[in-house]
Amino acid sequence: MATLSILNGRVIDPASNLDTITNVHIADGKFLAIGTAPDDFTANQEIDATDKIVCPGFVDLSVHIQTIDTITQETRAAAANGITTICCPPDSDPIIDTTAVAELLQHRAEATQMAKVLPLAALTQGLEGTQLAEMGVLKEAGCIGVANVQPIVNTEVLRHALEYAASCELTVFLHPQDPWLGHKGCAHEGAISTRLGLLAIPEAAETIEVARDLLLIEMTGVRAHFCRLSTARAVEMIKAAQAKGLPVTADVSLHQLFLTEQAICDYNSQVHVTPPLRTQNDKAGLRKGLLNGNINAICADHKALKADAKLSPFSMTTTGISALDSLLPLTLRFAEETQNDLITTLGYITHKPAQILGISAGTLTIGSPADVCIFDPNIHWTLNEENMHSSGHNSPFIGWEFKGKVSQTLINGRVVYNCA
Amino acid sequence: MNAIQLDSKGCLKHFLGIEGLKSDLLIKILDTAASLINNKAVKKVPLLRGKTVVNLFFEPSTRTRTTFELAAKRLSADVLNFNINTSSSSKGENLIDMLRNLDAMHCDMFIVRHNAVGAAHFMAQHVAPQISIINAGDGQHEHPTQAMLDMYTIRQYKGDFAPLRVAIVGDIRHSRVARSNIHALRILGVSELRVVGPKTLIPKGIEALGVKVFNNLKSGLRDVDVIIMLRLQRERMQSALLPSANEYFQSYGLTEERLKIAHPEAIVMHPGPINRGVEIDSSVVDGKRSVILQQVSNGIAVRMAIMAITLGTLSEQKESH
Repeated sequence: MATLSILNGRVIDPASNLDTITNVHIADGKFLAIGTAPDDFTANQEIDATDKIVCPGFVDLSVHIQTIDTITQETRAAAANGITTICCPPDSDPIIDTTAVAELLQHRAEATQMAKVLPLAALTQGLEGTQLAEMGVLKEAGCIGVANVQPIVNTEVLRHALEYAASCELTVFLHPQDPWLGHKGCAHEGAISTRLGLLAIPEAAETIEVARDLLLIEMTGVRAHFCRLSTARAVEMIKAAQAKGLPVTADVSLHQLFLTEQAICDYNSQVHVTPPLRTQNDKAGLRKGLLNGNINAICADHKALKADAKLSPFSMTTTGISALDSLLPLTLRFAEETQNDLITTLGYITHKPAQILGISAGTLTIGSPADVCIFDPNIHWTLNEENMHSSGHNSPFIGWEFKGKVSQTLINGRVVYNCA
Repeated sequence: MNAIQLDSKGCLKHFLGIEGLKSDLLIKILDTAASLINNKAVKKVPLLRGKTVVNLFFEPSTRTRTTFELAAKRLSADVLNFNINTSSSSKGENLIDMLRNLDAMHCDMFIVRHNAVGAAHFMAQHVAPQISIINAGDGQHEHPTQAMLDMYTIRQYKGDFAPLRVAIVGDIRHSRVARSNIHALRILGVSELRVVGPKTLIPKGIEALGVKVFNNLKSGLRDVDVIIMLRLQRERMQSALLPSANEYFQSYGLTEERLKIAHPEAIVMHPGPINRGVEIDSSVVDGKRSVILQQVSNGIAVRMAIMAITLGTLSEQKESH
């Protein structure tokens, strides 16, 4: 039986509110004990975690897989960044709307023995918003939830899709964007998009869709998660819905917590994202929503792109950020900037997203799979193309100075990444 | 923003947009254009002899391209014209590849028109260092040479910018001419700058550029010295921005009657091409307040001045005398 002990680390488990210097013992791929090991336990392997933080492996709610062939490198990149479970939206090539694709994706991922991959199934066939996807069998094939990513124009179809997902006991992951307002836009509507002459996406493109979704959630009783909120007003709407008792959660991408529309002024295509970067006020509202618990989780919203995808005039570039390599350091920076305590902050990328997915991960609970991230909170480093693990170097955070770096990652009790 | 268009000495290296330029540079362009126009004895000057200017037009254009070609030829440059169908070059890598190919031909200046915002800026970032880029229109962003010829025309008729009230009327939302003119008129310090049009054609937050918004034409025209009418594209009628051409003319068309609301000495400008009877009445186009044809003829000298200043041949010429 494979056994391992992580010794003398500052062990933080947000789910159980644990933050103390102690030892973690692992046997047969699962957590065996925290603190003193059972008398009959001997560790085959020991990791000295003195001055380091030992926490559950991170769970990320959105890692876009452009093509299934890229899954190997991205699960490896995730693992190197302490991320042990990733959720993949269905808008990959091919689209995850058949069991064959869902299974292929999981088989490819399992073969790497790196970060675990949980696919989201398409809500409608081909994400076209007309016919329901085979949600029941896709769930059987391992899909953790359903999403359409693209807006569903026909409200009747959306209603039925939500009803059907509720019948399958699947959580619906909603990407709120009105199909008409801001169509083909690439920047937040306001003084900056007007000055630059860019086609713009108004705040209402998000809030109108959130309003429609919330009414349908109430009507259908589905459990729903709002992905990548970008406006302060949408946060207020989610807050009101939660207060009413609706089963809704929400996440925010890291780049929305750090960047605003100001970043597009020199046409930096690395900040071309969907939904667009918005105002200072929105950034503040998203941060507040997270600290108040109305937004439940932080998301990398990772999309690895080839250099060509960003090598064009701004509006012609592909949206997305390669974000796995900045998940931990930016999350730590968020804690520092907001004076939020580490245990709560780490919760946003561990047990909170795991709860949203309804999986037994993101905790150090005895008996659960031993997915662990060990990081040194005091290492200063600068993100650059050479030290990125992802195949995509499309990051606006290149050149940023970070504090905190992953030293080891364990998945099912096995060391899958060791920086030394 | 646009810092890339100036070299370390603050001289023009590219001409990408009016935003961020200093008034003395704009005045220098106007003065240079004036000296070229006044020197009527010589139709052709040797300022760009031995230089190759490439017109890279990714959007159809006859007038702008022709005036650039004429301007370059009057400066004694060699001119190449590339009219590129955007549908066959919508991929960014083609733009980069095309640049590298043109780089290899040892050209000196690219005049770029493209439907994407920031296209000229993007090319300036990626082009070989000896090449200058002139923006001949990037999406709905800027059309800086048009703005300079408009400024030239205004100065020609009005002299000083400081006391002027200027109204830009029509489709502000989709107009790069409007944006460049707004920047230029703010930099040159007019006393009041208005934009006039229905809410559907006024983009959000335009006030931040230093303009007053008027949704009513009559109040927008009151006492103005300069009226810049914008072209209204017919496709705007199909996208729920406007009910009809007829309704637009009734509400926002410039007629002799409405012109009376403006200052009695007001001039009427239009960047062309004109839709007679849509944004402006024929009698105004051909009337005595219209300076529209003067704009076209000023366009050549102003573009000559911009090309010579950007390539730095003007100062060389002076030094050699």
